[in-house]
Amino acid sequence: MEQASEPERGVSRRGFLATSAAAAALAAGTAGAPSPAAAATAGPARAGASVVRVTLRVNGRERTLSLDPRVTLLDALRERLDLTGTKKGCDRGQCGACTVHVEGRRVLSCLTLAAGLDGKAVTTVEGLARGDELHPVQRAFLECDGLQCGFCTPGQIMSAVALIREGHAGSEEEIREFMSGNICRCGAYPGIVAAVKAAGERG
Amino acid sequence: MRPYTYAAPGTVREALALAGDGSAYLAGGTTLVDLVKLEVMTPEHVLDITRLPLRGVAVRDGALRIGALERMADVAEHPLVAGPYPVLAEALLRSASPQIRNMATIGGNLLQRTRCGYFRDTASACNKRVPGSGCPALTGENRMHAILGTSDACAATHPSDLAVALVALDASVHLASRDGERSVKLADFYLLPGGTPEKENALRPGELITSVSVPALAWAERSTYVKVRDRSSYEFALTSAAVALDLRDGVVRAARVAAGGVGTRPWRLPAVEAALTGAPAREDAFEAAAAKAADGARPLAHNAFKPELLRRTVVRALLELAGRS
Repeated sequence: MEQASEPERGVSRRGFLATSAAAAALAAGTAGAPSPAAAATAGPARAGASVVRVTLRVNGRERTLSLDPRVTLLDALRERLDLTGTKKGCDRGQCGACTVHVEGRRVLSCLTLAAGLDGKAVTTVEGLARGDELHPVQRAFLECDGLQCGFCTPGQIMSAVALIREGHAGSEEEIREFMSGNICRCGAYPGIVAAVKAAGERG
Repeated sequence: MRPYTYAAPGTVREALALAGDGSAYLAGGTTLVDLVKLEVMTPEHVLDITRLPLRGVAVRDGALRIGALERMADVAEHPLVAGPYPVLAEALLRSASPQIRNMATIGGNLLQRTRCGYFRDTASACNKRVPGSGCPALTGENRMHAILGTSDACAATHPSDLAVALVALDASVHLASRDGERSVKLADFYLLPGGTPEKENALRPGELITSVSVPALAWAERSTYVKVRDRSSYEFALTSAAVALDLRDGVVRAARVAAGGVGTRPWRLPAVEAALTGAPAREDAFEAAAAKAADGARPLAHNAFKPELLRRTVVRALLELAGRS
């Protein structure tokens, strides 16, 4: 929250990485493209396509992207849409740092291909607050000290929001079980469980 | 990640027509995307089947039928599953994490690949990944590996919890290919590694799992899935037991017992079932029956604890079921 905003940094590391990734994606797409015709028939693909065009509703806003079919939702969010709140931890479906909601369900964006999401609604941690007003789960994480380094926190929060909606915040034991897909290497689990419990009790 | 083309067919017929050499079906993606990133799997064409109408949980002619594309989380909570077949619901809920259960499908779960570290590492030899290259697990790190059904070529454990519960319930998988439809008992669907560990199941090229069915078993209401693991959650099994008991007047009339975490495929335990049949529902009788759970086991250097752990896992499941009213 106290971070310097992007423009003050000039050419930021983030901006540089985004540009490089786009170039890499383009190069890869070219290498794998059998023919321009295949790309043209892409859309919600029927024939085998090497470029896929998808329209996602991300945090309420429609975004249309042309993507190499290897691009995960995680990379599409971070590298193409500049939504870097969603973190890349293991990139192997083992840590939960990349948790987002697709059609209201929590999923791992690192194992979700963006190509398959045409027409779907995606919510990331950036989509939780209403303007300056934090989501109740975000507030609870601050109040309960539910983090140390903060890297896993966006995934923890997205998981917690879904868990409360699923009705799994009934006890600390249940919270621990249904938060088990979100690993915290700092070991801030007591604060995380307290935050989820507090937010769940507030409804 | 190697390049591939992508298509999302809308019908089973279309999917089967598009399938061919070098193609892979994509459902929840939790196995395929992971292994494509590792380059353990290198499909040239990815066929996204999530639009196919292979959904629904229903009872037909007494049998429970689950569409192959139903998600694990939804099946676990379905009233036709959770009440009549607790062993299925528990096996699902003790698998993976809530996020993965929201993604992964029933068909995909049954086709997930082993977690053997040598299989997942393309720098290692592995007979399953590169036939004939050797098996470092037999002499290397093998704590998580199988003790039943292993061969000189492979000791990789089958990782699915759901498959263990389904094998205990005598389930079948229903398959579709361009040649038509057929059904295979799940217990026969999985193959022992033998000298060809790369061949894991009875699927023919391009064949698709369309649904899973579980025959009626009224007493499966008294069933459970006990999973022993290194962490309390979000971990693969060291050992597990799927058990159903037909218990009347303190006597076991019939039993179903299968084990996970120990076999190269889900491991039904008919000798334990036979020993339980007619036995009193008491700890000493349970221990006597469970003594046969690891018959034929061939432990490796790091998993010699598994036979005893498996026997105790079976006893724990039996005691828990006997204690239920």
